Amino acid sequence: MSWIDIGALDDIPLRGARKVKTKLGCVAIFRTDDQTVFATSNTCPHKGGPLAEGIVHDRKVTCPLHNWVFDLETGEALGADDGQIETFAAKVEAGRILIDAALLGQQAA
Amino acid sequence: MQNLVIIGAGMAAGRLVEHVTEAGGWNTTLFNAEPRGTYDRIMLSPVLAGDKTYDEIVTHAPAFYEARGVTCRFGERVTAIDRAAKTVTGTDGIPLPYDKLVIATGSNPFIIPLPGHDLDGVIAYRDLEDTERMMALAPGQKAVVIGGGLLGLEAAAGMHARGVDVTVVHLMGHLMERQLDEAAGYLLRKELVGRGINVMVSNNSKEILGKDGHVQALKLENGTELPCDLLVMAVGIRPATALAAEAGLATGRGIHVDDQMITSDADVLAIGECVEHHGQIFGLVAPLYEQAKVAAATLAGESATFVNRETATKLKVTGCDLFSAGDFAEAEGREDIVFRDPGRGIYKRLVLENNRVIGAVMYGDTADGGWFHGLIKDGTDIAEMRETLIFGPAFQGGDVLDPMAAVAALPADAEICGCNGVCKGRIVEAIEGGADTLEGVRAETKASGSCGTCTGLVEQLLSATLGDAFEMPAAQPVCGCTDLSHEDVRRLIKSKELKSQAAVWQELGWTTPNGCHVCRPAVNYYLLADWPVEYQDDPQSRFVNERKHANIQKDGTFSVVPRMWGGITTANELRAIADAADKFNVPTVKVTGGQRIDLLGVRGEDLPAIWADLGKAGLVSGHAYAKGLRTVKTCVGTDHCRFGTQDSTGLGVKLEKALWGSWTPHKVKMAVSGCPRNCAEATCKDVGVVCVDSGYEIGVGGAAGMDLKEIQPLVKVETEEEAMTHVIAFVQLYRENAKYLDRPYKWIAKVGMDWVRERIADPGERQRLVEAFALSQSIYQKDPWAERADDKTARAFGPLADLTLEAAE
Repeated sequence: MSWIDIGALDDIPLRGARKVKTKLGCVAIFRTDDQTVFATSNTCPHKGGPLAEGIVHDRKVTCPLHNWVFDLETGEALGADDGQIETFAAKVEAGRILIDAALLGQQAA
Repeated sequence: MQNLVIIGAGMAAGRLVEHVTEAGGWNTTLFNAEPRGTYDRIMLSPVLAGDKTYDEIVTHAPAFYEARGVTCRFGERVTAIDRAAKTVTGTDGIPLPYDKLVIATGSNPFIIPLPGHDLDGVIAYRDLEDTERMMALAPGQKAVVIGGGLLGLEAAAGMHARGVDVTVVHLMGHLMERQLDEAAGYLLRKELVGRGINVMVSNNSKEILGKDGHVQALKLENGTELPCDLLVMAVGIRPATALAAEAGLATGRGIHVDDQMITSDADVLAIGECVEHHGQIFGLVAPLYEQAKVAAATLAGESATFVNRETATKLKVTGCDLFSAGDFAEAEGREDIVFRDPGRGIYKRLVLENNRVIGAVMYGDTADGGWFHGLIKDGTDIAEMRETLIFGPAFQGGDVLDPMAAVAALPADAEICGCNGVCKGRIVEAIEGGADTLEGVRAETKASGSCGTCTGLVEQLLSATLGDAFEMPAAQPVCGCTDLSHEDVRRLIKSKELKSQAAVWQELGWTTPNGCHVCRPAVNYYLLADWPVEYQDDPQSRFVNERKHANIQKDGTFSVVPRMWGGITTANELRAIADAADKFNVPTVKVTGGQRIDLLGVRGEDLPAIWADLGKAGLVSGHAYAKGLRTVKTCVGTDHCRFGTQDSTGLGVKLEKALWGSWTPHKVKMAVSGCPRNCAEATCKDVGVVCVDSGYEIGVGGAAGMDLKEIQPLVKVETEEEAMTHVIAFVQLYRENAKYLDRPYKWIAKVGMDWVRERIADPGERQRLVEAFALSQSIYQKDPWAERADDKTARAFGPLADLTLEAAE
């Protein structure tokens, strides 16, 4: 897998998220309390809520529109709700956020 | 014999010298920029604190080098490496030939290039010279340490132990953020502050002030000046790669080495803090010793491979029991086990992955640290012992966690009932004296007899004191993170003086690492309402609307509503709104029920720009998105209306100007009508004022949402000034007491209208409420739109990156 640098870890507030525009649609990048980053689809499968605007707690995010809660590691909806968001590889190296270059939507160099 | 030259005599090099001289066969020369041989750098902190002397931490004395036949060139810096000629040059300028060279230049402390960083008295914390500077301070002198990491805190504690007045300034929100999570960081800070060390987190340094070339004070970005005689920067280290880079060796963050510690030149090895191995750089000693061993084997022509192993951190500050080991980052499918004992100040957290422990943080009780570290290193399967794992190796069965630990841990003088000033000791006394029901305690002590919000706590005290003899009624907990109700949490935040979210999670025994979307906004509100000065609002604990200062719409766009004071506007403001609607292609412009204009369908990334345009015309945020004051609706009153009895528009504008920007448990809508015809519909608002000939009738607790409620009379007053005071006092009473997301009518139904009237009628209490509100407003009454107009903040509203553009290149 090849990686692309999309910004500094500190560009995302702790327990917060930012979105990244990709050829495959908007991706939400989360920074959890333990300084880990996760990348998932930004779109809630329920009514399309922007997940990067949700409240981040533990390794979960709550959709801002109707409070669906997703596990950031598996992408699975938790609790009574049934649904799944796509997850993508992401990591932090030397304070920089790297995500899977496949999100460029073409063969990465 | 072949010539071996080693540059640097730090801890890794010291270990290497031992290995190679034991094996023999080398003519070894050891350079060191410091004028001495190897000593145990890690033990500088105990030397600083006075627990050890320098002599005790020397690991290689002159006699050692003599016995092993090592040529020592201490106090001499190597100025150049010539790889073609295979020589190094020291300060004497004479090239010294080598067959094999080992670079162990270690790392340099990072000095923040603040104005004044070159003043005398600004030091790092790296070597014996730095330590001696700190030891030279006299009791009562002042020192500032920038950096709340391991080294900074050890420096601070060491100087404090010598009687120095120490302040730690840390950029991040909690101490040692690389090793600790927020809860453990909170406990550590509490301990240090308790000792008398001043700790300032979330603070950025701006400038170092000096006089006659010597440091005098540190100036922070917020304007605070911290006077100091010595300023210690402990903000991190950088691998010292300059010499290697000049010699043309491959370097990145450190000097690149392979698994045999060989650099890009086969005859040059590198070890220690100056190297980079598979992208990793090093700061702890254990892997460095391993590198020395591998390098020695490589030099001897044996095969050895360096593998980076797990290492644990312990803070060397006497009395601070703290342990952190393993990995907290970059792993999928992980779970947490959290244990908190608020009474004893203990916090433990284990991170699990595939039934294995991969990380551990402990504070207060680290006795099991070694055992957990062992589990991490060995990758032991813990599925069998998972249930009791957190209790350590000795635990087999035992007490279950006590849900009443938080109340049990309260001291006897902690106030439980705020209305009647009843403390825990008095209630327990009454219970032990025979008051074995809630009613009994109320009759005896008045506790929970007024507003009733402390009922849950009194019941817990009954249960804790009487045991099974008391049956707890089921209280509705805030959420799955705690058994406590909203009322309990509010009360405990006040009585235990909890001033951060981490403090609430820890002291009240939260079962999750950092709450959830239900409790986080509530706790954030309670903290900022109760401690407006001490607590800092956390945007990440707010719903999207309050974080974005706009209302999110179903398609992900936002609506923008500028404030129109009392519904009054001007041609200029209307023009600015119209221009903004044009410029940002706003699809819908609507007049709201609150007498203002809503611009619907604005893109998230355009928000700062549209605010800036509106701001130029003097328009500020209308807080149409906030749990806070929304609108004060008015009719035209005596200015124009032939029926008007008072200046209702004027009072409405004054109320809105006084109350805007305040955060409340839920939204607050107001109205002022100029006569009982009530054109402003004041009788179904949270606060409604109806003007009459003889004065102002103030009612509260109206609603026209899911429930339809008419206001209940609060008071009738004669002057406009009194009307203002009573309304403000009511809003503050609501702010201090209501459960998060209870509108005033719901809260009044719980505490009773009589109680509300009594509190507001009491002149002393009314005055206190008005003053408390003014204090909060002095901090929170700011236009959030204007604050977000600068480029840096504005960028945060756009995407972090746009890869659709990169792909097109």
